[in-house]
Amino acid sequence: MFSLFRGDPYRERGEFVINNDQLIIINFLKTMNKRIKQLRDQSIDAINSISPERALLMTEFYQSDEAQMVSTPVKRALSFKYVFANKKICINANELIVGERGPAPKACPTFPEICIHSLDDLQILNDREKVSFHVDEETRTIYKDIIIPFWKGKTNRDRLISNMTPEWLDAYGAGIFTEFQEQRAPGHTVLGKKMFQKGFLDVKEEIQKAMDQLDFFEDPQAYEKQEELKAMAITCDAIILFANRHAEELERLAKLEKDAKRKIELEQMARVCRKVPAHAPETFHEALQHYWFIHLGVITELNPWDSFNPGRLDQHLQPFYEKEVLSEKLSKEEMYELLQAFWVKFNNHPAPPKMGVTAKESNTYTDFCLINMGGLKEDGSDAVNDMTYVLLDVIEEMRLLQPSSMVQVSKKSPDRFIKRTLKIVKTGFGQPSIFNTDAIVQELLQQGKSIEDARNGGCSGCVETGAFGTENYSLSGYFNLAKILEITLNNGFDSHTKKQIGLQTGKLSSFSSYEDVFTAWQKQVNYFADIKIRGNNVIERLYANYLPVPFLSVLVEDCISKGKDYNAGGARYNTSYVQGVGLGSLADMFSAIHYQVFDQKKISLEELKYAMDQDFVAYDQLRSDLVYNTPKYGNDEAFADDKAIAIFETFYQAINGRPTAKGGVFRINMLPTTCHVYFGNVMGASADGRLAGKPLSEGISPFQGADTKGPTAVVKSASKIDHLRTGGTLLNQKFSPSFMANDTGITQVMNLVRSYFRMDGHHIQFNVVSVETLKDAQKHPENYKDLIVRVAGYSDYFNDLGEDLQNEIIQRNEHKEF
Amino acid sequence: MNGIVFDIKRYAVHDGPGIRTTIFLKGCPLRCWWCHNPESFSQQIEEFSQCNKLAEKSIETRVKIGKEYAVSQLIKEIEKDQLFFDESGGGVTFSGGEPLLQIDFLDAMLKECRLMDLHTVVDTSGFAPKKHFERIIDSVNLFLFDVKHMDDGEHQKLTGVSNKQILENLKYLIEKGKKLMIRYPMIPGFNDSKENILKMMEFLADWTSQLEIHILPYHRIGRDKYARFHKENRMPDIPSLQEEDARWAKELFEKAGFTVNIGG
Repeated sequence: MFSLFRGDPYRERGEFVINNDQLIIINFLKTMNKRIKQLRDQSIDAINSISPERALLMTEFYQSDEAQMVSTPVKRALSFKYVFANKKICINANELIVGERGPAPKACPTFPEICIHSLDDLQILNDREKVSFHVDEETRTIYKDIIIPFWKGKTNRDRLISNMTPEWLDAYGAGIFTEFQEQRAPGHTVLGKKMFQKGFLDVKEEIQKAMDQLDFFEDPQAYEKQEELKAMAITCDAIILFANRHAEELERLAKLEKDAKRKIELEQMARVCRKVPAHAPETFHEALQHYWFIHLGVITELNPWDSFNPGRLDQHLQPFYEKEVLSEKLSKEEMYELLQAFWVKFNNHPAPPKMGVTAKESNTYTDFCLINMGGLKEDGSDAVNDMTYVLLDVIEEMRLLQPSSMVQVSKKSPDRFIKRTLKIVKTGFGQPSIFNTDAIVQELLQQGKSIEDARNGGCSGCVETGAFGTENYSLSGYFNLAKILEITLNNGFDSHTKKQIGLQTGKLSSFSSYEDVFTAWQKQVNYFADIKIRGNNVIERLYANYLPVPFLSVLVEDCISKGKDYNAGGARYNTSYVQGVGLGSLADMFSAIHYQVFDQKKISLEELKYAMDQDFVAYDQLRSDLVYNTPKYGNDEAFADDKAIAIFETFYQAINGRPTAKGGVFRINMLPTTCHVYFGNVMGASADGRLAGKPLSEGISPFQGADTKGPTAVVKSASKIDHLRTGGTLLNQKFSPSFMANDTGITQVMNLVRSYFRMDGHHIQFNVVSVETLKDAQKHPENYKDLIVRVAGYSDYFNDLGEDLQNEIIQRNEHKEF
Repeated sequence: MNGIVFDIKRYAVHDGPGIRTTIFLKGCPLRCWWCHNPESFSQQIEEFSQCNKLAEKSIETRVKIGKEYAVSQLIKEIEKDQLFFDESGGGVTFSGGEPLLQIDFLDAMLKECRLMDLHTVVDTSGFAPKKHFERIIDSVNLFLFDVKHMDDGEHQKLTGVSNKQILENLKYLIEKGKKLMIRYPMIPGFNDSKENILKMMEFLADWTSQLEIHILPYHRIGRDKYARFHKENRMPDIPSLQEEDARWAKELFEKAGFTVNIGG
């Protein structure tokens, strides 16, 4: 048996024999086998539920005497160990890669040290139509009798809210900004290559070395460092203990197993769990299982937003591929099976449910694990390798919500890589998204990273740039740039919450030019940016002081050598991002005010504002002019695009470069997740003709339907802002499947991507679904249970989206083939 | 030098190689039954009322079809996508209407494009005096040349004009060694007989390797435009052709040695 057609991604994956001069296909390797199908079905069909397991164990530990006697980092480490020593070991039937965060797939824990879900919250989670979590009677009772009484008033959220100023609370309440760390821990980091080459016993030696070097005579921080390092060492023991408990269970199951083949498999899996993560992985199987324990460690220690992920997986796995697969110690069939089994594990782990406003800004099961492929190697050469194409095969075959995937395209990437990617994109489940490595590297260099760390970087979450394995780049909250114009036109008053929340920058009659309006808005932006940043600097200290993450700190360089926690600035680089939302909508609003009021003088600012306050009822003609006869962002025309540039510069100046509490820097990116829906929801009608409560534009995309000149005009408009000074921008483009039906279409979409990237565009993603399909899915959701669409930086099940978001996706300009 | 343009389409990927900007010049001497651009008939700027949709409401507004452009002004529009042309090996396509109807403007535009090193395509019905083709031939990289019917009587019936001049011009361009793509709009019941295709093949037989044939299956896409632009629609309501329906014709051409594409 041998592999033919090396180099052809479609045929390479088949194994062939020649029999009587006839080519016979034995097996299509990448096709899911029975076991994987069963695991995948199990994962898709599993009902998302709330598990009280972790909260209960955490409560037990916090009530223990031991917890009272130790420093905070050690307490966190011991609680982590307590969970892993006592939680249920779950091994699903026929699994190859083992380990669940909860007692079963999709049984999701809560994190009461961060925030508690009230009984009402649990009821809502259970009852709501979209993104629901089943809460059974027993769980409810445990929360009522044990968890809520113990944690009430003692969560980090309580601490956080009580430390915020009245101005912060007002702005937050009005929907000027959101706060990521109110219900989830700072996270948003990605594993670097170090941990694919080390076991936790190696790491413990490193920790010991750092301990040995502590200088209690000269270094006043020595005690804090010692406690942090102690805590880190405990978490290493904890993760090894957790793996050994899996090994024990696997050995037990092997003894009971009747099927001889499965028995051998279970014994082999037990051996793997005895070896990793204590020792560095040496085989493909070990590498995947090793990472998976690390993953579980990070998402159990706290609930970092977004979820941790393995990052440049093709780079990490290539050495194992070369060692085992090329030497035929592991067949390609086995390799695909292991990877597919690994994929399923991600899908078993929904994002921990949020509540209230935070649920509105990002309500999804997706936990934003974004696997990176391609890009550049540390030495600057093209990083596309065999594993890149293997992973693309796996993504195409698995079609799972999680993990999400992206490709990094550099100017050195071969066309074949992009075309292979687009052939998956055109199947219409929104993955992979496409990123510009050359822009990512420049963004990171501009932020002061070394060239090697920059090339080892990529993007996670939706589109957020970071140096993998060396950076803490936390998101701090969405910032509603459009709402601030509404506040400005109301002289600082918010008609939604009926409060004066902003500055008094002048009545409408005091604005005699477009520039006056814009300047007033700028003042308000600076005012709210100050409030946001002050709040974040407090919140960062709360996490550093009360909720250190010694396990995550072990993984990210240079926490060990500094003896400093990830949440306290231990990472080599520290960035706090604020995400601007509503760029396209706001550019259109400013364009409308400039064009209709001051340029064409068709209407006074007061009249326009009056019509907006009436939600344009009885102002159809005006609204039609605002929608159809006003320059709009996204058409490669200076009048509206210049507004977007000015908005971007204002936001950039307000945030970028300011110091953070953990010794890092505040920076901006432009992405919304689903927050553009929430942010539109807290706003009245606006000057762009948008009605009250309707969604804003997302990322740096034009407002839905505002772009009428086609995709080249869109990407040109989008490239007018300076992407290289951001930490990521998001551009969404919708194509009908017919456009990419043939090679011409695919090639010209590739050329569109290459052109956008030559103009320093950061990211572009394609939704390839016909409008007819979507409309039908809205009418008959039952027939489209597996319909995944690109939302904004991530993909989601169409059925899980609210009607607003569904409508928006339908309306997004579809570029048809004529 | 000014011309009347009724549409500019960027990111056109089926009007020649690469990513292109297609300029639609207003005015056409032909009246093909199946035309999906009835707003291109007249060379004059026309005003129509149009309904802007706002949710369930429709707001009537007046729109002008056609806009006067100076050469320099139109060049500015084309230049906007220069980067995409460079990346994809694309350029500019002049279509219509019949672009040669505005020969002075077309000639000036083409010469300007050549100065800018832009790849140029002219998409033509072929219905123009030969001297017009002589004038522009050296400024055009590629012609997209419509062949609608080989029978003169039928051609007159379907398009309103004779095909004599058209076929003469086609022969002229081919013999000059010009790169050509023959566009055959395949309209069920109008020009899709095997006999017509055989005649076409016979006419083109000497140049199989020089030509590429693009079969454009009939699409209903322009139907609602007739009412909107107050033009009489003579075309019966027949369904669009699918790619499969044109495959037999493709195979017929291919057997004779032509390179054939369906859908342009």
